[in-house]
Amino acid sequence: MYKAYIANLSYDFKTLRNLMAKATPPRSGDYLAGVAAANNLERVAAQWVLADVPLKQFLNEALVPYEQDEITRLIIDEHDSVAFAPVSHLTVGDFRNWLLSEQTTTEVLTAIAAGLTPEMVAAVSKIMRIQDLILVAKKCRVITRFRGTIGLENRLSTRLQPNHPTDNPAGVAASLLDGLLYGCGDAVIGINPASDNLEATSRLLTMLNDVIDRYAIPTQSCVLAHVTTTLKAIEQGAPVDLVFQSIAGTQKANDSFGINLALLHEAHLAALELKRGSLFDNGMGNNCMYFETGQGSALSANAHQGLDQQTCEARAYAVARKFKPLLVNTVVGFIGPEYLYDGKQIIRAGLEDHFCGKLLGLPMGCDVCYTNHAEADQDDMDMLLTQFAVAGGTFIMGIPGADDVMLNYQSTSFHDALYVRQVLGLRPAPEFERWLQQHGIFNADNQLMAQRELPALFKPALQKLTGGGNG
Amino acid sequence: MVDSKDLWHSLNQFTPARIAQGRAGMSQTTRNSLEFQLAHALARDAVNIPLDFSQLEQRINTLGYTTLTLQTQAENQRMYLQRPDLGRLLSESAVRCLQQYPNIQTDAVVVVADGLSSKAIEQHAVPFLNLLLPELQAKAYQLPPVCLIKHGRVAIGDAVADHYAARLCIVLIGERPGLSSPDSMGIYFTYKAKSGISTDADRNCISNIHNNGLSYDLALKKLLFLLNESEKCQFSGVNLKDETIETALNNQRQQANFLLD
Repeated sequence: MYKAYIANLSYDFKTLRNLMAKATPPRSGDYLAGVAAANNLERVAAQWVLADVPLKQFLNEALVPYEQDEITRLIIDEHDSVAFAPVSHLTVGDFRNWLLSEQTTTEVLTAIAAGLTPEMVAAVSKIMRIQDLILVAKKCRVITRFRGTIGLENRLSTRLQPNHPTDNPAGVAASLLDGLLYGCGDAVIGINPASDNLEATSRLLTMLNDVIDRYAIPTQSCVLAHVTTTLKAIEQGAPVDLVFQSIAGTQKANDSFGINLALLHEAHLAALELKRGSLFDNGMGNNCMYFETGQGSALSANAHQGLDQQTCEARAYAVARKFKPLLVNTVVGFIGPEYLYDGKQIIRAGLEDHFCGKLLGLPMGCDVCYTNHAEADQDDMDMLLTQFAVAGGTFIMGIPGADDVMLNYQSTSFHDALYVRQVLGLRPAPEFERWLQQHGIFNADNQLMAQRELPALFKPALQKLTGGGNG
Repeated sequence: MVDSKDLWHSLNQFTPARIAQGRAGMSQTTRNSLEFQLAHALARDAVNIPLDFSQLEQRINTLGYTTLTLQTQAENQRMYLQRPDLGRLLSESAVRCLQQYPNIQTDAVVVVADGLSSKAIEQHAVPFLNLLLPELQAKAYQLPPVCLIKHGRVAIGDAVADHYAARLCIVLIGERPGLSSPDSMGIYFTYKAKSGISTDADRNCISNIHNNGLSYDLALKKLLFLLNESEKCQFSGVNLKDETIETALNNQRQQANFLLD
């Protein structure tokens, strides 16, 4: 069925799963898994064949067996055939043309989201260039809400990530304040705890809650502990805004993370019950989950089930959208060179993830990042950052000097966020923007105010440290 | 070059993070940009410096402990970086070498792997072992030689634990180097580790052991807590919570927070 005769060679890709893997643009993780195309010609042949596959075929041929995998069951059981109807007659290749059409507007894309499966969007992404991924993603609009509104047009939010190697409260507070004074933190103030310890997690949660409360910051907090730790913290009465969890695209990979859909459902209900999203106003703020993903995570747990890593990643978005998250973050370059070898692979993967997530209706952010054992540098990150923002990316990370001193990798800095907002005219979430301007951190044009004096809001806290003066 | 700083630069006393850096327009200053490039160059170079295993053996032997140096199926650094699967498997010669040793019933294996930072192991493995091994001996645990693994990933400990049929598996490994901490060591603990079966969810991790991170004493305390708890519950991993009331938490309770006090 999946056969091609091309450049005097015949190809038979046997299964849709195999075809998808062979059609994927090159990346080290697929070579590691032994599923990648052997050469450029085989890859292009697979792309030609894939372009002729009807979208409907993805509903008939599961890439991971229905009986074996609860994510496949989730995808199939919750597929919305009414939403699918406008594109149900298309092949993958025609779907690409349809997505690029001027008639396919934001409203049209929003309406079909529930009718698309992760495999369909992964398939079409494999035959799209960077500019296609950007153009279509930019047309998607996904708006979520907790205390602020995330994802409005011409807005780019930031996760303030004030990590500290030992979770020292003053150390966390120092990075947190630095970030706020650079206008960062409207997506979430999210800490990766140094250890998955219930008491430390609760302490950090309380601290973030008290800071947000005392300074009336229209944002939300998250401590990125394992979902079971956060559930225990909720039981003990800790102030949990967003429940965090890393998720992957196969049941087996999620097993290795110590999670399943039932556990996530339990956590989602527990967070909803706290009703903390409407503390600041009467808004609807009930998006209370924060998920992180990344190509290669399933393979690293030896649970990729013969899938290529990009298709696996898209399947994780089926898990995410089940729980209506405030934020989904593809931590694209964190996993290392065995999955994404260099800047070129990281950049494309970040844009694919954003495209696939947005098309499926998710508020996609990107941790534009790399590790010191990858063939990548700051120039590569500038390219991904800029392209991601042009594509209408929902949020990025903000880390002091782009250097995470706890997780040992490089992401985007507060300065990076200001750069990209400046060149593209992007603004923070409206509630946070008002707070920044009200306290003299940003001026009316969203530029940092000249630093002759500290903002009055934080003057008392800083004056205590220096014994008076302006700090 | 102008050395621009922000008005709140006194916060630098609280964290090694690159805060209060100042700005040129709204961008990074020349000095900060070049400092970043310098740190990145050092970290990049550090990834590729091989660990001196014979020196490590000698230092551990000097403490009075025997060692065994083994290699994984990742034959060189390049292969190690691109093929994590091979870094989880012992080479044929390593397997033969292990088979020469009496396979007596043991309680715990201690494994040291270079991982992604030879500098971390070079600086922190020996002083940490000097604290850990006496504690394990005090519990009357039967221990085989400390296994030193070249080009090893975390799961290589499972293969060693399998061989010795050990209940407890402790792996010291060089973590991926950060810009500010090219020498960070991690410890992974697995109860009843089984090669090819144990997953990340079965392990407990204690990370960030370096001069500006977690101290040896605290790391040891955490590890011993996990070890004792796992002996009681007979499992390790995500379901074994690190609920220790330990010095760090005591410190945190007392530590001031200028934003809230």
